[in-house]
Amino acid sequence: MERVAIIGVGQSEFGELWDSGFREIVLKAGIDAIEDAGLEGKEIEAIYIGNMSGGRYLAQEHIAALIADYSGLAELGVPATRVEAADASGGLALRQAYLSVASGVHDIVIAAGAEKVTDVGSEMTTDIMASSADREWEGFVGATIPALYALMARKHFEMYGTTPEDLARVSVKNHKNGALNPKAQFRREITVEDVLNSPKVAEPLRLLDCAPLSDGAAAVILANEKIAKEYADNLVFIKSCTQASDYLALHSRRDITTMEAVRKAASLAYKMAEVSPQNIDVVEIHDSFTIAEIMAYEDLGFVEKGKGAELIREGITELDGSLPVNPSGGLKACGHAIGATGIRQAVEITSQLRGEAGKRQVDCETGLSLNIGGTGATAVVTIYGVV
Amino acid sequence: MLPRFWRKIKYRYDIVGSVCETCNTKYYPPRNFCPICRRRSSIKEEMFEGKGKVLSYTVVHDTPEEYKLEKPYIIALIELDNGPVITSQVVCSENEIRTGMRVKKAFRKYFEDGEDGIIYYGTKFVPDED
Repeated sequence: MERVAIIGVGQSEFGELWDSGFREIVLKAGIDAIEDAGLEGKEIEAIYIGNMSGGRYLAQEHIAALIADYSGLAELGVPATRVEAADASGGLALRQAYLSVASGVHDIVIAAGAEKVTDVGSEMTTDIMASSADREWEGFVGATIPALYALMARKHFEMYGTTPEDLARVSVKNHKNGALNPKAQFRREITVEDVLNSPKVAEPLRLLDCAPLSDGAAAVILANEKIAKEYADNLVFIKSCTQASDYLALHSRRDITTMEAVRKAASLAYKMAEVSPQNIDVVEIHDSFTIAEIMAYEDLGFVEKGKGAELIREGITELDGSLPVNPSGGLKACGHAIGATGIRQAVEITSQLRGEAGKRQVDCETGLSLNIGGTGATAVVTIYGVV
Repeated sequence: MLPRFWRKIKYRYDIVGSVCETCNTKYYPPRNFCPICRRRSSIKEEMFEGKGKVLSYTVVHDTPEEYKLEKPYIIALIELDNGPVITSQVVCSENEIRTGMRVKKAFRKYFEDGEDGIIYYGTKFVPDED
């Protein structure tokens, strides 16, 4: 396999971007990434785009062709491929792009993720998100995505003594980090009391346990190591990028306090990158709900099963802790632009490893990102390093 | 959604799932292919006894459009006696619901397509404790 480097990153703002359409935010992220890499644009051999539901949010399918067109790459005939795995679509796009370069088929490709959600109302949004779980046997009975994560949280509370305060601490930490990120949707700190007093969504989860659904786009340029050095001297390498699946519905899983897809993808990612969880310096985790971050601490192997809450109680995953998690602010504070999230995580880890993360910079050489689809039926784990 | 619902009425109105006669794993909703032994020849339909216990639950306040009138309602994972785990609503008060609670099946309305639309029925659960 060829070694793959990230030579450019770009990102739109995340949030309620009423003034911008899908095409504008994608172009913003893509052009930022191309300029960051110092490319003209015509060097790009393929486009991979993560997008969950252009069909329902925009009534527009054929999203990849649209992006090829508006980026000027259709003029050159560059192949464009959209991939979908609910809110892990961005992670999938990154992985497909990575595989295309690692295999030697392409030398320079772009991986992007984008979602425009605020052109439809919040009820429609809830309905679209419900389609990331089992529509016929979960959605039908009224099991929304927050409700399904609430079932996991309740079980985690009862089996391992995790508490609502522990969940609140995750949200508080991510808001604190987001306040330092100029691209974050919510740049303000909150308190544990704010979380515990916010409206109930699906008990025990409250509004401030849930990431917002946002507009946004992000892009990264990947290149074969052999030519990457012509474009950048602060290279960040993708050491591994793995993906695993689990049963779509919670009722089919053996243990709802564990995400098997995360465990399987992580185990393979560590093996392929030849690192262990102890070697990881900085992490971006898919905290669509606070409980997901605590479960991920365990399923990524940072702590044994059931002890995830200890990491947040002891401040280990704070920006100044020994394992900073979600220095960007995570999905909670950055905003969750569904198909864009997996790529936004790669942008953050790259910025951290380059030492360009500004006020939220942590000391790091090896990073990891975890992107989850729906309630965990798809997981993508990527490990990054400066060597 | 209607034809998709109509096709599965038999499985929704009662708890009809399937069992793999090779590995004896039971499934609800029904499958026509066993994901564990990955064979289809040995899958048979089976009606499960509608009793079990609550494995986990949540009281849902932020509801989909079709459930606005029901809010808040309770969603639970229920482990059926000698059967699979099922996602369903439990009809009881918020104060009454707890993990480990015994429940039994009940035929109930889920929602309707507006005032003139069809009514979607299915299986819910109610407390089954003396």
